[in-house]
Amino acid sequence: MLISVGAVTILFVWCLVKVLTGKKNPEHLAHVEPVETKDLDRR
Amino acid sequence: MTTKQPDGWSSKLGVIMAVAGSAVGLGNFLRFPGLVADKETGGGAFLIAYFISLLVVGLPICWVEWTLGRFGGTQGFNSSPGIFHAIIRKPWGKYVGLLGFIIPVGVYFYYVVIESWCLGYAWSSFTGGLDLGKDPKAYADAFAAFTGLKADGAVLGLGTPFLFFIGVFILNFVIIYRGLSKGIEFICNWGMPLLIAIALILLVRVLTLGTPDPTKPELSVWNGLGYMWNPHDISNGLSNPAVWLKAASQVFFTLSVGFGVIITYASYLKKNDDVVLSGLTATAANEFCEVGLGGMITVPAAFAFLGASAVAGGTFALGFNVLPQVFAGMPYGHLFGGLFFTLLFIAAVTSSLSMLQPGIAFLEEGLGLDRPGSVALLGLITAVGCTLVVYFSEGLKALSTVDFWIGDIGIFLQGTILIYVFNFAFGTERGWSEAHHGADIRIPRIFKFILRWISPTFLTAIFLMFVLKNVAGWNLSFTAPVFAPTDPILDLIGGPGHPASGVARLTAFFLLLFAGFSALMIHRAGKRWDAR
Repeated sequence: MLISVGAVTILFVWCLVKVLTGKKNPEHLAHVEPVETKDLDRR
Repeated sequence: MTTKQPDGWSSKLGVIMAVAGSAVGLGNFLRFPGLVADKETGGGAFLIAYFISLLVVGLPICWVEWTLGRFGGTQGFNSSPGIFHAIIRKPWGKYVGLLGFIIPVGVYFYYVVIESWCLGYAWSSFTGGLDLGKDPKAYADAFAAFTGLKADGAVLGLGTPFLFFIGVFILNFVIIYRGLSKGIEFICNWGMPLLIAIALILLVRVLTLGTPDPTKPELSVWNGLGYMWNPHDISNGLSNPAVWLKAASQVFFTLSVGFGVIITYASYLKKNDDVVLSGLTATAANEFCEVGLGGMITVPAAFAFLGASAVAGGTFALGFNVLPQVFAGMPYGHLFGGLFFTLLFIAAVTSSLSMLQPGIAFLEEGLGLDRPGSVALLGLITAVGCTLVVYFSEGLKALSTVDFWIGDIGIFLQGTILIYVFNFAFGTERGWSEAHHGADIRIPRIFKFILRWISPTFLTAIFLMFVLKNVAGWNLSFTAPVFAPTDPILDLIGGPGHPASGVARLTAFFLLLFAGFSALMIHRAGKRWDAR
């Protein structure tokens, strides 16, 4: 029990720390460039 | 000039929360503990098989989905049919993604019904309606009444269960209508921390239960933990194919791999966004909720109050019959019971939303519908499917039929397709390089070998075993194999002492119609994509 629960807890905390302290992407995550509605079909 | 902004995630943590929210569901808190506690196929052997399956199937396929999804997004596609169309670049390629539309939408047919049970039980717990004394039959009857278990059509009408269902159904579509960042991401950013906070409160409550009945000192929470986690006979267990099958299946289902969800969520990332650490974090979040929280709460609590016999009843029995009885027996039980079912509801709603997004993505990019149009069409399709499940509630026959063919067989099939497409259509080397583009961490090199050889072999073997056991009725014995058709098959074809079920046949026919209709939509979408 201790090994299983301890392992997943440590992994989860390590991942969270890496995500929260990792490099920041200078660009916005989402692809949010405005697109003209009339061009949507062509995309 | 009118402009439209395509959907997208607003933060890296947001997409991780959304994927984790999709993965964390009822199985984490009800199914996994029951599997570990199983005296024949549980214990240490199950956990070893579970973690090996996680490393050779769960995590690799998770990375595959994140990678292929982000790649598809950079090609302008967000749905499985579109992404496979972009990867395979053959006229039939888009049809390989058919299951990526059918599975999430099909599973939603019944998952939203279970979601409404959770909300209804949370409400009943908080208001004291679930305090039914010590008679187990009262809880079984309450569950049967709430779900219409004893007669078809029992929950249709303006009774409370149906109102909860309608409310939850509308709520999901209102959230999905708001889009990725304002809808799904917003809910998951609040819901996941709240879920973990509630689970921690319940964990403290369970671990401080001690011995609820001093006249039965053997029934303590510590013995409950021992009952669940003691390793048993590991070497014998690991030589049992049933242990591997159960462990691999649980890993597969709990991570939502093969669902068509992760691939769609990842498609909204940009080319330089990380997928390796994000995929690992979402997986770790799910495992923390499953092993670290789910494994410590439900079974030990049920054991401490009711003993070992109460634990061995399956997911629904543990969640909706046994645990209400447990909460009724503890101080402030209505409060803790309400919190527990709220936790299940949050887990269910974040999973339900993830099942709708692949459908929305396909209808928008495949048929050119705008958001109101895609929400309306998907609402109509799911309303028909849900009505079937809600109306034919006797013995939960329609629910279990959809669950078997879509939620079990379909997911295994799609997961197997994913790993083969990654290796043979996309290319392992190219996929490995694509996964590391913009990655915050590197995947250990051994995983390249695992992805190329171990994952496809292991998954194919497990899938074949699953079909042989659950369709052909194999007894999982190599020395004295026996095959006998299983209930889902007998429901369709009938057999001695097991007449065919009209409801199961109708449900299967509906699923075939749904699959055919989906294939037609993909055909139409293909023409649209070819004309780009």
